Amino acid sequence: MLNGIPINYYIMLSAVLFIIGAVGVMARRNAIIIFMCIELMLNAVNLMLVAFSTLHNDANGQVFVFFIMAVAAAEVAVGLAILSMVYRNFKSIDIDLLSRLKN
Amino acid sequence: MLGFTITQWLFGTLSLMAIMFALMMVFTRSPVNSALYLIMTFFCIAGHYLLLNAQFLAVVQIVVYAGAIMVLFLYIIMLMNLNADEEPRKHVLTRAIAAIIGGMLLFVMIGALRGAEQLQMVQGGASQIGLVKNLGKVLFTEFLFPFEIASVLLLAALVGAIMIGKRDTNINSKETTN
Repeated sequence: MLNGIPINYYIMLSAVLFIIGAVGVMARRNAIIIFMCIELMLNAVNLMLVAFSTLHNDANGQVFVFFIMAVAAAEVAVGLAILSMVYRNFKSIDIDLLSRLKN
Repeated sequence: MLGFTITQWLFGTLSLMAIMFALMMVFTRSPVNSALYLIMTFFCIAGHYLLLNAQFLAVVQIVVYAGAIMVLFLYIIMLMNLNADEEPRKHVLTRAIAAIIGGMLLFVMIGALRGAEQLQMVQGGASQIGLVKNLGKVLFTEFLFPFEIASVLLLAALVGAIMIGKRDTNINSKETTN
């Protein structure tokens, strides 16, 4: 029989993963890596939802994670299409160069 | 083994590996290596789902994230021919500020969440809700309408991605004639 793990450990783990993702968004300039960091942040939230869903024995959290995965797939498809258009026009995906809207 | 059960050993190993691979993903210079480390992180998170007895989500995590999404990422990275030498880097000061902000955010989050649901144990083995049968029942009765909306969303994303990614010569020629 498996023994339990305190919910606090799951909270800490997903907080740490979320913040690694947030630091990656702030510290990197490559747009694709920023996208991957956003995926990591979504995964941290998913882990938290699954842990609480198991804790309270409630399936709604896991269904929610399923929908988050579907939305993330859609988001990645559209986002990567936009990035490939940006690369075609700028020959770079450095986000610091993409400041045309500023003027 | 030092008073820990096998579940706690697995939890600790998977957590350390997930955090280590996530850090390597953020701090590696080469985008391809970064994507591969992110795949490893996703596998560790799938292991966590298995530990929580969420078998359906563990499989979906591997199939959708590690399988579909990351292949898309790698495909785009290889299409753009990115490598570590041309990788743009932020100023040292900006990166230091990012690290400081991240540390402060971690401090605030841990401080805020420390008292939440104290001493409750997640009984991974006892829970049956993560099995395909039970999750499917909930998904197709209670959440049937959102499920259908999700399929419409995926269709819209498909069409949108094709329209954005298409090299539309018509619009460009119209703009030049105007």
